[in-house]
Amino acid sequence: MADWFARGRTSLVGRLFGTFLRQSRSIAGVLVWIGIAVVLAIIVMALLAPFLAPFDPNTKVADPELPPGGPFVMGTDRGGQDVLSRIIWGNRVPLAIIAVATTISLALGLPLGLLSGFAGGRLDRAILLVMDSIYAFPGLLLAIAIAAVIGRGILNVSFAIAVVYIPTYFRVIRNHVASVKEEPFVEAAIALGLPRRRVIGRYILPNVAQSIPVIFSVNAADAVLTEAGLAVLGLGLPPGIPDWGFDISLNWQRFDASWWATFFPGLFILILTTALTFVGEGLNDILNPLLRRRETKVGAEA
Amino acid sequence: MGGSTASLRAYVITRVILMVPMLVLLLTFTFIILRVAPGDPVSTIYGERGNPQVIDRIKTELGLYDPLYVQYFRYLHDVFTGHMGTSILTQRPVIDEIWSRMPATIELTLSSMLVASVLGIGLGTFAGTRRDRLPDFGTRLYGALAYNIPIFWFGLILKLVFAVWLGWLPVSGRFSPRLSTPPTVTGLYTIDSLLALNLPAFADAVAHLILPSLTLGIVLSGFFVRITRVNVIHAMGSDYVEAARARGIPERSVFFRHGLKNALVPVITTMGLTFALLFSGAILTETVFSFEGMGRFVYLALSYRDYPAIQGAVVYYGILMVIISLMVDILNAFVDPRIRY
Repeated sequence: MADWFARGRTSLVGRLFGTFLRQSRSIAGVLVWIGIAVVLAIIVMALLAPFLAPFDPNTKVADPELPPGGPFVMGTDRGGQDVLSRIIWGNRVPLAIIAVATTISLALGLPLGLLSGFAGGRLDRAILLVMDSIYAFPGLLLAIAIAAVIGRGILNVSFAIAVVYIPTYFRVIRNHVASVKEEPFVEAAIALGLPRRRVIGRYILPNVAQSIPVIFSVNAADAVLTEAGLAVLGLGLPPGIPDWGFDISLNWQRFDASWWATFFPGLFILILTTALTFVGEGLNDILNPLLRRRETKVGAEA
Repeated sequence: MGGSTASLRAYVITRVILMVPMLVLLLTFTFIILRVAPGDPVSTIYGERGNPQVIDRIKTELGLYDPLYVQYFRYLHDVFTGHMGTSILTQRPVIDEIWSRMPATIELTLSSMLVASVLGIGLGTFAGTRRDRLPDFGTRLYGALAYNIPIFWFGLILKLVFAVWLGWLPVSGRFSPRLSTPPTVTGLYTIDSLLALNLPAFADAVAHLILPSLTLGIVLSGFFVRITRVNVIHAMGSDYVEAARARGIPERSVFFRHGLKNALVPVITTMGLTFALLFSGAILTETVFSFEGMGRFVYLALSYRDYPAIQGAVVYYGILMVIISLMVDILNAFVDPRIRY
């Protein structure tokens, strides 16, 4: 199957996937598989929440702050709600937010990066200045400022998070484009008089596309943390929607009395972000040809 | 030698001049977010039930009906003259609040940066020189976990274990109320108490600083471990290190004078970028430890929808970030001569 994908140069996705399969037996590959498995498990957990959760996440099912044990595997929180059920339900909306937010960032960052890197000159410098200013600003504070103005709500939070991560996509894509632009095959395409759109679409985009999955997964991990940070500060979703970050904000002041209500949601955030990072780092090792070349060089010396 | 200093000076001057458009851009951005976005501070404070005539009068007084460009220049003027309005929550000028809280955040970020650099560069070098062996994997795992840990949650755990259960360190705050604070020179309690030669006060300030800066520092060290490790591997596999080895230079000296020295240049470069990360983290860390700095101010302002305070905080954070990035760039140019040209 790996060879089939590697030979099938028909599509970009096919080619990336081919490289991925050929490389995936290395340690980086193992990391990616573990990461993907955990992320998938969490997504499945979110999708099947109504069937998996033993209790309703929003009703009082027992005395408040019962320690883990018995029917309440992870105890109950301040409101007498089952912590496990809230955790199972608690990543549905955040996952959706993160998917929407990273997609918006990609949809804006990618074209801007292509344009800026390809055009060069003054336009490039102007866009760079804007993007660098956003990037230099503390991400959480930027999201806070936006969320504070436009208010709570799923789309609002997604938008606030999206703005924070546009410069990340922009930066990586722009630098990559700027270096690919100097390659002989791109110069040849320009010299042949191909329309600019075709040069970018046919010759540049396929060569920079390899960085997208890497930024995507690393960003997703960051976005999870930003979403949780907003929720902890009371700027996340409207109350009533179970959310890991929001659960921490509800229970943290009672951390010394009932640690479980805060500890487990945080633990799940850590598991999700670490899994996403594994995917990103593993993909980076696999898809980044520069790193691979270095790997073979070191291997040859040893 | 003279040419090199001259080029460094030229670089610094260009960089300082470039600061102006960055600042204006940032302030414009804040202005757009706060003014063009739906909703205005007055209606938010007085709510739907507020008397429309009163709201109208206040809005006219605040100049919210003036043309946008008039508002924009008034806003720029206010920012640079320090008239950022009065905090609704504390009834004090926002600028005073910021001045009294900024030192706490600076103290926290600097000590966290220290923790992060020592841990991150130390562990990163350790891992990079033992590539693909067990210590390398262990360190990489540490890096991944540290970088991905929800900072708020991590702070809570440290607080519960070391302050509540073990009782080794204070639970929250910047200073014990039973001691009198040292006379203000810099606003940083650690430095002020040292200047006043007040050792008990110094010990108290440090004790209050340990848990917050460990929280923030460990999280940031995850990033440093990664950057340092990659760069040490890169530098130790480079041609100039091989050349140094070939010349028969002892391995120790090859490592420190050729490998590590060059590996740390990009690490310093990225340090500047991590200040943004640090300030984000500081907002959450200060909230956990009731550490009365800018982050805690932002949290309180948010909880009470204190718009003048939020706006002031955003603006002065922005100015601080621009100044920091300027200092980092100058430091970079100093370390790496290639940047100057």
